[in-house]
Amino acid sequence: MIQNKTYIQNYCTIENNKIVLNGTSVFKIEPTDFADFAKQAYRNFEMQYPKFFKMDTLSKLAFLGSELLLSPITSTEHENNIALVLANKSSSLDTDVKYQESISDKENYFPSPAVFVYTLPNICLGEISIRHQLKSENSFFIFDTFNTEFMSNYSNILLNTNKADTVLCGWVEFFNDNYKAFLCTISTKENTEYKNETINTLYNK
Amino acid sequence: MIREIYITETNCITPLGFDVESNVEAILRGDSGIQLHSDISLMPNSFYASIISDEKINSAFAEISAETKYSRLEKMMILALEPIIKNSKIELNSKTAFILSTTKGNVTALQNNSEESFNNAHLDVLAKNVADFFGFQTQPIVVSNACVSGILAVSVAKRMIQSELYDNIFVVAGDEVSEFVLSGFNAFQAMSELPCKPYSKNRTGVSLGEATAAVLVSANPATAKIKVIGDSSINDANHISGPSRTGEGLFRSIQNALKEAQIEANQLDYISAHGTATPYNDEMEAIALNRLDLQKVPINSLKGFYGHTLGASGLLETVIAIASANQNRLFESKGFDEIGVSELINVIEKNEEKNIKYFLKTASGFGGCNTAVVFEKLHY
Repeated sequence: MIQNKTYIQNYCTIENNKIVLNGTSVFKIEPTDFADFAKQAYRNFEMQYPKFFKMDTLSKLAFLGSELLLSPITSTEHENNIALVLANKSSSLDTDVKYQESISDKENYFPSPAVFVYTLPNICLGEISIRHQLKSENSFFIFDTFNTEFMSNYSNILLNTNKADTVLCGWVEFFNDNYKAFLCTISTKENTEYKNETINTLYNK
Repeated sequence: MIREIYITETNCITPLGFDVESNVEAILRGDSGIQLHSDISLMPNSFYASIISDEKINSAFAEISAETKYSRLEKMMILALEPIIKNSKIELNSKTAFILSTTKGNVTALQNNSEESFNNAHLDVLAKNVADFFGFQTQPIVVSNACVSGILAVSVAKRMIQSELYDNIFVVAGDEVSEFVLSGFNAFQAMSELPCKPYSKNRTGVSLGEATAAVLVSANPATAKIKVIGDSSINDANHISGPSRTGEGLFRSIQNALKEAQIEANQLDYISAHGTATPYNDEMEAIALNRLDLQKVPINSLKGFYGHTLGASGLLETVIAIASANQNRLFESKGFDEIGVSELINVIEKNEEKNIKYFLKTASGFGGCNTAVVFEKLHY
């Protein structure tokens, strides 16, 4: 097939109590747990989206990164055909373990629908879609390690078959307060900024 | 020129049989896998579900391997893949990929507190265990997108072969009935007291089920059973645990899939729909189908035969729909009695003969996800 060249537009990394946007540190605090870090980051960027506080940790992590990349490029005025293609290793296991604890003890059995719904990794895609009104392609993948070759190929085919105008692609891993998010936007719009970079080199920076 | 994509092998492991032929025979007889179960390790009260007996899984697995390290779900997945990998004679090299799709995988491993057991709850570990049984050379790809996983995996396979990264992709989908999932659907008050009744007036919710299904997606038309001609997976962007009232995501998914397939809505001969039998899901589907003027196309939900097999459902129902198309037969939508959605749809009430050239498979799930794939029969 004829492949149009695609370009990384912007990227964002969240790990170790720090958020880096396009290579520049934009938020950093003293070591704390993820819940506290997420709350402080949300306040710092004045995100104003109360639903954030109902989300599980994986959704909060994906939301924070996507917020920084998508808010500048989405609008309520027009359709935003931005596909979401995310992956991780631990799926929704952080919430799965919490849910399992709620049903393990028959004397203390309290399965909650509000927790159960987050026992799916793709819920974070739903949260981002709702936030930015993205009626667009989305899929969640699981790999042992970030398969950047697959992820960039999959993103490129969405762009090259006109299934999306832009792809938000990345890795959102969360388990037991260990976390790392790497997100980037990709499109066919020429951008010389990251000409010699790939998802792989930016992820490993 | 973009590559054309085919499904060349199919198989499924369900309570109705351990190959496609026996499943089709059971469907034609009107058998259902849904039975009343009383098992306090799964639910405090008795419940209806479609469950495969352990003995059947173990004895079938013993015929292909003496290895005892595999989980129940892994055995079911290996059983689904084994005959099609063997039959295809495809070399498992760098151009052959493996996609595993599941909603909850080995979640039952969380019941045991050991570190080893916890490791097995990881979906990449499940995929590696199954991939290593056969000796795949490429890193397994896991699709975990709630209840669209199985059909989305076909879509992903099609796209990856079109990108020319691979020539052949084996896809397996599977999920088990577990205490985890039963308690969750029950907490949502989404479980039916009786075997589920998709699209019916008296439907009250889902019956859960378990199954695995496997297909080979290929660029080689030589032994093709069906051609994959259009696909799309659009989010509702509306609610994480309920479908859009207007069916927006499903509407757009079908619209895009038809556009890529370059066919009109009125050319569809059959729709294999999701039909979970929850009040909101079935209503949403009827609205989306009417918006596309698809209300007259014969439609069924196979949930009355298999229950809702979560991530497996989309692929299992595709496997059965391919058999339906190739035999020019429409299968009844089991459990249906009186139409219970506000906009009319043409639910198949009895098995009947019908020429099928084009058909549509749809699925929807938590997180607002939807998938639609259009298929074309090659020999008619």
